[in-house]
Amino acid sequence: GPLSERRLMDVRLGELPTWLVTCDFSPQGLLGGVRRAWSSYYNKYINVKRGGPAGISMLLAGYCLLSYSWNYQHIKRHRWRKYH
Amino acid sequence: SFFDQFTSPCLLGIPLILPSLLFPTLLLPKPGNRWITNRLSTLQLWLIHLITKQLMIPLNKTGHKWAMLLTSLMILLLTVNLLGLLPYTFTPTTQLSMNMALAFPLWLATLLTGLRNQPSITLGHLLPEGTPTPLIPALILIETTSLLIRPLALGVRLTANLTAGHLLIQLISTATTALLPIMPTISILTVSVLLLLTVLEVAVAMIQAYVFVLLLSLYLQENI
Repeated sequence: GPLSERRLMDVRLGELPTWLVTCDFSPQGLLGGVRRAWSSYYNKYINVKRGGPAGISMLLAGYCLLSYSWNYQHIKRHRWRKYH
Repeated sequence: SFFDQFTSPCLLGIPLILPSLLFPTLLLPKPGNRWITNRLSTLQLWLIHLITKQLMIPLNKTGHKWAMLLTSLMILLLTVNLLGLLPYTFTPTTQLSMNMALAFPLWLATLLTGLRNQPSITLGHLLPEGTPTPLIPALILIETTSLLIRPLALGVRLTANLTAGHLLIQLISTATTALLPIMPTISILTVSVLLLLTVLEVAVAMIQAYVFVLLLSLYLQENI
């Protein structure tokens, strides 16, 4: 279909800049993008009949990574500290 | 210093407490209008039924209006406490300000409900039945103090338990890593203590949430 209506995974690498131009970067557009991403993750890994711990564990691992990056400025001083 | 884990670091001006309070909403999906959805929704539904049934059995009809408030408070405390046990995460309930903000208005609401709807019964709780007459003035003072100290106790109990647990985990893990090059056997002993402590912390996280909400429902029972 037309370039603006294709999802990110269906866009070829050479067409990426043109696709980015057609993207909607207003607050509503970004919010809609986040919503679509979350619902595709949810429907693929969690909203299945016989889901396992994997769906939630990936979320929790991502949360740990996010917290680490939030704390990074403080944590990077731990390496050379003499007394912890 | 060891208390640095309880500060809320900022990234681009946004403190970590905000995503740590909003993240549990991702873990609790909305049940759709199908009868059988996914396993996570089923588990969540079972848990909420269990909690609400336990909380609402001792309360009368008017007390059931508090069901949504108490159940959502319970779910919030459970998820926030348990998420705080993951590495590098921030536990909002270690902050005394947040726990007092939860405890004080809810306790005050139970007290004012009692004083407004049944003032003599509420004041009557200040004197237990069957006290000997000479003891009455002292006992009233004691009961009033215990009544007024309830919000402080609620808030500080939650804060102190979680803070102490996190601090212990940090101290023992520091000891383990420091001892590893020097005395490996002692290090292994410390690791086993750390494992037991982590199990205890998971239990404490759940118990403290339960105790908080249970005490609130008890204060509600007296006053409604």
